[in-house]
Amino acid sequence: MAEATALPTPAATLVPAPIPLRQLLPWAVFGLLLAALAIYFVGAEQGATSLIGGHWVHEFTHDGRHLLGFPCH
Amino acid sequence: MSARSLLVRGMLVGLAAGVLAYLFATVFGEPPVDAAIAFEDAHTTSGDHDPELVSRTIQSTIGLATAVVVYGAALGGLFALALAVAYGRLGRLPARPTALLVAAAGFVAVELAPFLTYPPNPPAVGNPETIGRRTALHFTLIAITVAAAVGATLLGRNLAARLGTWNAVLVAAGAFVAVVAAAAALLPAVNEVPADFPATVLWRFRLASLGTQLVLWTTLGLLFGALTDRSQRRARTTQPTVA
Repeated sequence: MAEATALPTPAATLVPAPIPLRQLLPWAVFGLLLAALAIYFVGAEQGATSLIGGHWVHEFTHDGRHLLGFPCH
Repeated sequence: MSARSLLVRGMLVGLAAGVLAYLFATVFGEPPVDAAIAFEDAHTTSGDHDPELVSRTIQSTIGLATAVVVYGAALGGLFALALAVAYGRLGRLPARPTALLVAAAGFVAVELAPFLTYPPNPPAVGNPETIGRRTALHFTLIAITVAAAVGATLLGRNLAARLGTWNAVLVAAGAFVAVVAAAAALLPAVNEVPADFPATVLWRFRLASLGTQLVLWTTLGLLFGALTDRSQRRARTTQPTVA
């Protein structure tokens, strides 16, 4: 029974500590904006909506749009 | 673990996942894309073509790579944020299984559920005049499936104490499937495949698209988990007093 009273190993005492949501919030806002912008240009610009004129972005990302599953044209 | 380091790690892992997904897409996705373009060319009268802005060679190499890698980095960032919220809040699950679980949930919610309702289409499939409506439906569906996944996770967490983990997860998964099935049944159907489009090309294209996403999400989950686990081990050996 000596083993039962032995000190637990560090690995056993490690309980995952959650990151406080308040600390996460600014990074979540930043990350969401950045990702939304990137996904918009890869997936939708010059498709359903167009911020920059022309078709270059659409044509350049053409194969990626189809294979990533975005509606392309 | 800080939110900043997780976000940076997520985007870097996303870059790596994007490179692997690009390789997969090149090998398995480009042949059906080329076959679909050949079908398209055979069905448009010659001389009817738009001037080629970007050559097929550029589209299928740098274009495809840029799109998939940028998409991978963006997804990696979002994945890291989801993991930062989930870590330490799903029972006592350590970093590696948490990362794999979040990646599996992300794949199902962001890719698989929308795939089953509005499957991706190769070139030559899809009426250009309905692109606005199809894009709106596509993103509406993803908003629903992601909301359903978040809701199901919260439901499972709340039920875990009463039903036990196994049954709580089953109820949550059942609720997710019910919401997604209802959305799939109620949203308008889209089918713009030309009657004579080769079925095998469509099948291979859709499988390749699903496979590309599977490579992306699997790499995200496994690599992010491995790197987080390693940095935690290092922190523990240099700082023996674990908070």
